[in-house]
Amino acid sequence: MDSTGRDMDEPGAAARPGPGRLVRSLAPFVTAALATVGLFAVQTDGERAQAQELLDGRQLRLMAPAEPGGGWDQTARELQAALRDRVGRAEVYNVGGAGGTIGLSQYVRLPPEPTELMVTGLIMVGAIESNDSPVTLEQTTPLVRLTTDYEVIVVPADSPVQTTADLVELMREDIGAVSIAGGSAGGVEQITAGLIAADIGADPAEVNYIAHSGGGEALTTLLSGRATAGVSGVSEIQAQIDAGQVRALAVSSAERLPGLPEVPTLLEEGVDVELANWRGVVAPAGISDEDEQALEDLLMEMADSPQWQETLQRRGWGDAALAGPEFEAFLAEETARVGQVLDDIGLG
Amino acid sequence: MDQLGALMQGFADAVTLGNLVWALVGVTIGTVVGVLPGIGPALTVAMLLPLTFRLDPASSLIMFAGIYYGGMYGGSTTSILLNTPGESASMVSALEGNKMARAGRGAAALATAAIGSFVAGTIGTIGLTFLAPAVAELAVGFGPPEYVALMALSFVTVSALLGRSLVKGAASLLIGLAIGLVGIDAQSGQARLDFGVPALLDGIDVVVVVVALFALGETFERLLRGTGRETVEPVRGRAVLSREDWRRSWPAWLRGTALGFPIGGLPAGGADVPTFLSYSLERRLSKHRSQFGKGAIEGVAGPEAANNAAAAGVLVPLLTIGLPTSATAAVILTAFQSYGLQPGPQLFTESGPLLWTLIASLYIGNVMLLVLNLPLVRLWARLLTIPAYGIYAAVLVFSTLGTFASGGTFDDLIVLYALGLVALVLRLADAPVAPAVVGVILGPLAETQLRRALALSQGDPAVLVSSPLTVTLWVLIVLALLAPLAWRLTRGVRERRRTAPPVPVTAVESQADQD
Repeated sequence: MDSTGRDMDEPGAAARPGPGRLVRSLAPFVTAALATVGLFAVQTDGERAQAQELLDGRQLRLMAPAEPGGGWDQTARELQAALRDRVGRAEVYNVGGAGGTIGLSQYVRLPPEPTELMVTGLIMVGAIESNDSPVTLEQTTPLVRLTTDYEVIVVPADSPVQTTADLVELMREDIGAVSIAGGSAGGVEQITAGLIAADIGADPAEVNYIAHSGGGEALTTLLSGRATAGVSGVSEIQAQIDAGQVRALAVSSAERLPGLPEVPTLLEEGVDVELANWRGVVAPAGISDEDEQALEDLLMEMADSPQWQETLQRRGWGDAALAGPEFEAFLAEETARVGQVLDDIGLG
Repeated sequence: MDQLGALMQGFADAVTLGNLVWALVGVTIGTVVGVLPGIGPALTVAMLLPLTFRLDPASSLIMFAGIYYGGMYGGSTTSILLNTPGESASMVSALEGNKMARAGRGAAALATAAIGSFVAGTIGTIGLTFLAPAVAELAVGFGPPEYVALMALSFVTVSALLGRSLVKGAASLLIGLAIGLVGIDAQSGQARLDFGVPALLDGIDVVVVVVALFALGETFERLLRGTGRETVEPVRGRAVLSREDWRRSWPAWLRGTALGFPIGGLPAGGADVPTFLSYSLERRLSKHRSQFGKGAIEGVAGPEAANNAAAAGVLVPLLTIGLPTSATAAVILTAFQSYGLQPGPQLFTESGPLLWTLIASLYIGNVMLLVLNLPLVRLWARLLTIPAYGIYAAVLVFSTLGTFASGGTFDDLIVLYALGLVALVLRLADAPVAPAVVGVILGPLAETQLRRALALSQGDPAVLVSSPLTVTLWVLIVLALLAPLAWRLTRGVRERRRTAPPVPVTAVESQADQD
């Protein structure tokens, strides 16, 4: 594992257009460059020293456990950009497949270095459960939760279903006749559909859920008029809602969303379901407490920065920054809840 | 015609020195990554994305579009010369193209691929300019039952790929279908044929299968049988494309485009399916049917046009309804979003000028690709003068590197080499490998769509013929099944008549074939 800053960009190059030249094993130069950046960047001396001490001239490596283009890939690459001024150039690499469990199984074999990070989220929690993955998030050090993307229940624009109550009515009558299109089997959309079914007293295993490889594919099944309803991440389908191609019935957040002020929450509609497709970052198991603290501080300060806030705005992600014991408690709670609903669906 | 006016404005914006340079950079990078098996445009754009945050949106989108089109061009080069497809959509080009290269017609194969790509790319882009709303409407009408019919049509037509022995072809197809089953079942979430190996949970990447079956199988066979010193005559004759080549290529280019653009525009159509359809269509229509399998130029011209037209088609649902239908399109969507643009119904009204600049640069990129590729055709073909041991060593290195770069795990390499051995067995048994790749690509698509359709109808098979579109497609399938029979009957009659008087019609034809 040679990551001794060989491929590290000169951080001072950030101000110039184009990629900087590579700096080859010049630790003193890197230190000088970091200090130069410190003059411009909005950060305290303490922070800079911390990040510097943590990395010790090495490059941060960030695994996106998914193919390019998906939510984890986007998160990893936005992190790469937002961290640039703090730790120089970070490397992002993709290990896709099976809801992130393939990436995870590779990740847990890495040495316990604080420079090796991985993006994770609710979908991985679900995939570990439904794939009976031999490795779990317990074999990592959870650092922070950063973003959320809420789910929205939609129907085609010409559907007779007008409200969540109509849909619930149909599901109570004959749950098999209500086809619900969404993303991959066992993913956050199916979990949402299962939670709704459980809440209205139906059997989650009976939900006629039509799985797709992604939100885009699910949307075509919905637009072709073959499916009764669809479940999708809000940011994936906002444009089609705005254009009136699909009608949004309810969102899965606790409060109404700024982007969809007209759309009620499931809670408002009398369905006791609240679910966020959250994403966060983990480090390898076995890193020291000081390193863990330093990484959490680094990421939380980044989450506070105007640049990150602008990223959230642009992507349509919710701010869900949470670190330390609170995040670990949240993770345990989510693991239990998701495990339960996937068991009910028959995927656990 | 305000589209025309907007397009002209787009050209005016795209033809700045800076943007032209970005387009050139894009098509060059695209051609290179297209040549390398495993490393595709999707990964390249994703890697470049963070570097372009400081670039203005128009320039970086122009570069990405160049990479995308360039990737489609580059894929055919290794396919034809080395029988090593850079991506699955150029697999069909290897069938006839490599045979042509072996016969000293590599330059002609490359030229018809390059010009065909240009023609198809340009017509596809014109289609994108003027027909986008219509194609988007067609795409939205395609639900699971329609896809089932489309897949059935593809399966019926791939019989053209099965080769001389039906049994061997079918065996190869079944091997492909079995490989396609590996991994998590998309509908139920259950793992199949994974043997408890986590690396197999996500199935086997089509690119790995293509590289293993074509490149490794061939290399291993050389190890067993070849001397390692043989070379092929790179270029025979003066003209790269003879008049006869032109005459046989251009209808194939147009037919390939007509198949590629609309199917590429379908959300689950992709670029592979139209290449299969195009190949079978050319084989059916060709007057030189006996040359198929031995290096028929139509068999390169049609599929190459089809995959480039499909590349333009893929942009239709992306730009009009915000639907990414391929990995590269998904990454380009991400690029749009990172500049605060939301592709979708409002894109044309909200960010019109930028979009028209992008479309204009697609035309420009296409011209650049032709200028870049055509003069190089003879140079590329000269690669074949390298002795076989050098070529195959390079093929091994590139296949291994490319697979490792795309998957990033050691397990992928084990799968790659294991499948290479399967390919060797197939070759030793004289069974064609193309049907296996067809099985890997079409099998999971057909299964998923059929199960989705039946889930939507709660098990009622009537759903499969529930719309005018499905009925039309099933009628086409019946025709595709019956037409060869009817054709054989009529041709049998004609041939009997022809053989009666000793008029050497066929002799004239075969003479023409040789130039």
